[in-house]
Amino acid sequence: MEEAIVTQNLTKKFKDLVAVDHVNIDVKRGGIFGLLGPNGAGKTTLIRMLCTLLAPTEGTAKVAGYDIIKQDGKVREHIGLVSEKMIMYDRLTAVENLKLFGKLYNLPKDTLEKRTYKLLKLVHMEKWAKSQIGTYSTGMKQRINIIRALLSVPDVLFMDEPTLGLDPQSTTEIREFIKRINIENETSIILTTHMMVEADMLCDRVGIIDRGKIVALDTPRSLKRIIGGEDVASVDIEIPNLTNEMLEALRDQPTIVSVVRENETHLLIRAKGEDAFDDIIDTIRSRNGRIAFVKSLEPSLEDVFLHITGREMRAEVSSKVKSFQGGGRHGPPALSRRVR
Amino acid sequence: MGAGDTLRHSLWIAWKDLLDLWRNRMAMVMLILMPLFMMVMVGYIFPTESALENADVGLANEDDGPLGIAFAQNLTYVSEESGLMSLKDSSGFDDIKQRIRDGELAGGVIIPSNFSSNLESGTQAVVEIVSDQSNPQISLLLQGILTEVIEQMGTWRAIANVSVQLGVNSSEALAIVKPYTVETRGIVPGNPSYFDFVAPGIMAMTVMMSVMTGLPHAISYEKEFGTLDGMMVAPIGRLSIILGKTIAQTSRGLIQGLIVLGLAVAIFGVTIQGNLFLLLFLLILGVFSFVGLGILITSVARDEQTATMAMMTLMFPMMFLSGVFFPIQQMPVFMQYIAWSLPLTYATSALRKVMILGADVQSISTELIILITFGIVLLAVAVPIFKKAMKK
Repeated sequence: MEEAIVTQNLTKKFKDLVAVDHVNIDVKRGGIFGLLGPNGAGKTTLIRMLCTLLAPTEGTAKVAGYDIIKQDGKVREHIGLVSEKMIMYDRLTAVENLKLFGKLYNLPKDTLEKRTYKLLKLVHMEKWAKSQIGTYSTGMKQRINIIRALLSVPDVLFMDEPTLGLDPQSTTEIREFIKRINIENETSIILTTHMMVEADMLCDRVGIIDRGKIVALDTPRSLKRIIGGEDVASVDIEIPNLTNEMLEALRDQPTIVSVVRENETHLLIRAKGEDAFDDIIDTIRSRNGRIAFVKSLEPSLEDVFLHITGREMRAEVSSKVKSFQGGGRHGPPALSRRVR
Repeated sequence: MGAGDTLRHSLWIAWKDLLDLWRNRMAMVMLILMPLFMMVMVGYIFPTESALENADVGLANEDDGPLGIAFAQNLTYVSEESGLMSLKDSSGFDDIKQRIRDGELAGGVIIPSNFSSNLESGTQAVVEIVSDQSNPQISLLLQGILTEVIEQMGTWRAIANVSVQLGVNSSEALAIVKPYTVETRGIVPGNPSYFDFVAPGIMAMTVMMSVMTGLPHAISYEKEFGTLDGMMVAPIGRLSIILGKTIAQTSRGLIQGLIVLGLAVAIFGVTIQGNLFLLLFLLILGVFSFVGLGILITSVARDEQTATMAMMTLMFPMMFLSGVFFPIQQMPVFMQYIAWSLPLTYATSALRKVMILGADVQSISTELIILITFGIVLLAVAVPIFKKAMKK
């Protein structure tokens, strides 16, 4: 088995809406593949098809060497799923939850017990093993949710937004954990995320999906270079004595692409060219502006997405919702603030 | 995937569902309260003869002859002895009418002015019964009781007349006046009440309602919360999921059914004539005959709310049409056709035969065959649809 996943024109239509449109990707065995895109882009639909939870309208795919349509039973034996909605029962304890799923995977009693203990220890949850899930925090729940998918030692692990809604500490721990299981178990991992940082840190390859189509497929570094190559600088800057005059002056600078006023004292500036930083600082200082805080921002997923599609990355539930196209030049949308 | 695996997986799923239910205190309380309410409700709200106690009945004696007074005295004596009625003096029809309207009386008896004279001249004497048409059930009961009492008093009088005129003793006179008499003999000991009639039906209904509402709820709920995906991506048969859920819901229903049975025996004095295991088997078979419908609805309904609503819409007619509360034979003919096309009808009928009449497997074989057929046909339709719907 060379590839963990190979898709052939994989397509899913819901009535008139084409959720996944002739997708052709392949995921190397032992790799971590990131699927990036806005809400409604088709990430979850794609993953659900690969997990045999949804039947494709057209095309097919091989997961762990088995056809998802003809050999769906075989596929299930080799995969694990960490879905966005946690697969756990609140009134059962962690051990009971793990027991149920272990039994569904036909694990022998002693193997199940050994793995349960080992996995709980790995995520530092031994102490809570016999507490009902309902009493856990979101971060604790997600740890159990992940080790539940690992019980059967799957060859391919699907993770849909594994760090969504977690606090920073849990997020870091879960990311480290994902990396570790990839290396130790040689598990191929496919994860969806909004976060460039996450893709950057974890994935060796990233596919950007928009309106059901794969629009870019490369390593995170190469993807970022698409924008970085144009010398774009993004700056988050705080000026306690910010005035309208200062704002106008900034906007008049030829090197500055966009200025967004986040609040009374906060600006998000994007500029182009070698002198970009100098221009920004000079313009503010020459008008007696005090710079309390400045941070250079990495090109974000939104930036890459914007660059490739020419549209902002925002929640497009269906094609019925018309986002204001081309609005991206006026600054990043609210979503990017949240995920950054 | 062998049958052993399917069964083992389904038992683990059932274990999970029951453990979840057991830890849900509120649901557990409801689980016990529901059959309790049901039994108390059915046991006490339906009108029975004994429900009529000391009903206020107006008595107007318009006859001033001795026979009218004697009749009135006799009637008063019988009323007091039986405790069924409490007679109130009244001046006549208009007075009774007014007092029924005011809600003081439940009915009335009028001895007309020609009562004595008619009797003395050898003509039949009429006694009028005034009924309250706004309350047909009570007035029907009252009419029955009054008719019977007056009839009985007529018989006494006839016996007295005959024995005097022909010079025979009273038992000979009785044979002349009433040559025929009726004796009722049941096929099992005891005298079943309405409750004996209704208890098997309630049991069948409780178990099936439990499964029918529980199954769509259990599956749709997990579908909405995404936990169903966990089972769907596991290498288990789709049948295991349905079977596991059904086992859990059936166990829940059987617990409720047994509570109904326990209450029926302990509080309402129902006696079980047949085999208890046959009873349990019938309840499970009843569930089997139904479960396809539950699966079908789960597959078709988009979410939990729709599923529950669809289930309720189907449950209500079934409850009242399948002879649980009213005998099917009393229904209009076209309703009987509907009743005979519902599996619950056969489950109720078979349960009733086993519980009250002590029937064995042979005497309920028709019902058994029909229930099994229902189950197989419904499942044959539902399971493929379920499998397809889960992948949409």
